[in-house]
Amino acid sequence: MIDRRSLIAALPLLGAAPARAAGPAPCVATRGTGDLGVVIERATGSILIVETTGRSVLARVEGLGDLSHASLCVSRDERYAYVFGRDGGLTKVDLLEARIDKRIVQGGNSIGGAISDDGALVAVSNYEPGGVRVFDAQTLALVADVPAVGPGGLPSKTVGLVDIPGRAFVYALYDAGEIWRLELPKGREPRVTRLAGVGKLPYDANVTADGRHYFAGLFGEDGVAHVDLWKEPLAAARVLEGYGKGEAPLPVYKMPHYEGWGSTQNRLFLPAIGRDELIVIDLDTLKEAGRVKTWGQPVFAVARPDGRHVWVNYAHPKNGVVEVVDALSLEIVRRIEPGPAVLHLEFTPRGHEVWVSARDADAVVVYDTRTFAEVARLPARKPSGIFFTARAHMIGK
Amino acid sequence: MLASLLLTSAASQAARADVDRARLADLVRQDCGSCHGLTLKGGLGRPLTAEALAHFPVETVRDIILDGLPGTPMPPWRPLLSVEEASAIADMLKRGDTK
Repeated sequence: MIDRRSLIAALPLLGAAPARAAGPAPCVATRGTGDLGVVIERATGSILIVETTGRSVLARVEGLGDLSHASLCVSRDERYAYVFGRDGGLTKVDLLEARIDKRIVQGGNSIGGAISDDGALVAVSNYEPGGVRVFDAQTLALVADVPAVGPGGLPSKTVGLVDIPGRAFVYALYDAGEIWRLELPKGREPRVTRLAGVGKLPYDANVTADGRHYFAGLFGEDGVAHVDLWKEPLAAARVLEGYGKGEAPLPVYKMPHYEGWGSTQNRLFLPAIGRDELIVIDLDTLKEAGRVKTWGQPVFAVARPDGRHVWVNYAHPKNGVVEVVDALSLEIVRRIEPGPAVLHLEFTPRGHEVWVSARDADAVVVYDTRTFAEVARLPARKPSGIFFTARAHMIGK
Repeated sequence: MLASLLLTSAASQAARADVDRARLADLVRQDCGSCHGLTLKGGLGRPLTAEALAHFPVETVRDIILDGLPGTPMPPWRPLLSVEEASAIADMLKRGDTK
């Protein structure tokens, strides 16, 4: 039995060490990785490796660069996390040994990434220089560089990059208003399918857990772009057109995120932009199926893995609150105040607990999702994203 | 007695200015940073480094903070910040001093 307290006490020492710690290995006992996770400490370029069974911090790994808006994906064996940093850094972290396995700076400014279904390729979405770069998941060697060039030859920021089945990725071009599918068949040239004119300023996107429906939120207009990835030839269509009903949107102090969206049965809960609302889409008809009036402008609306509830956090300055929506009645059933500046939340794989980061409380708070009782509070430095290893086995995560 | 009151008041004002500055610097890093990057080198929003803002007058930067840029995701901060606070932020950005 590992004494967690001694591990935590050893954190400063571990943190000071460079890539490979000189002292005793951080995780000494044989263990699985299915209950591990990573908490991003955005301001200090560090991450915490956590475990969700005993709800504890196992180690801190430092030296990951600028981690504002950082996200990650997980290798198929759930041993490695690929962390995408704002400074273009791609860092492969060994979760068992709590050390950086490899790190490259692949672009000037990146926004996220994804891993292919076979676990062989990691794709990174870039703001600067734009486009998408694909790397070998084992070595981080460059496999493909796909500039995103829209009409008029202008380079475009890429957003909403997701993996879909068949060694392929889908992403949106923010400046150009396009959606691209990038296929990377083994031993053959990469292939791009371009969908132009999907809408103005797609700012984020996501795909349903079956890899079928890709939705991109549009900043420049009242609507959402949709692609049915099961239907060839691919086509993009506008859905929820005019959802704001012509009303002037509220100022948006934090862009909503589609990552981790609330997908339950045949319904999807999307944050409306510039509105204190979630919009519910019926996935069979692609029509609006209802709205949920919320405390503020939603940033993340994440469904508990069983889909029964959707947990929502909010934009500055109303970001000290999390609300829980009943997926059937569309009513708010609970309001929780974990601490100031709630940035992200992540459910345990089957949803018995949820971890919530409260940046300005320097804490991660864990709740029982049945009783809503706080069950743990872990210190973390300005925590933002929380990512558990179970993402390794989910499409689009 | 009067002197000590004046002193107290001056001290508390200075302290308040410090607190405000720290709060604004934190707002710039954390909340502006969510679009412009924690190091302000850019993200979905453009870079806000002193270099990137060199050819903008401080008043222009202040006005963009207060009124936003219609047609882009840059929101008006007037509902949340006073003119003085926006000026202070514009000044900090222009000087590259947001620590």
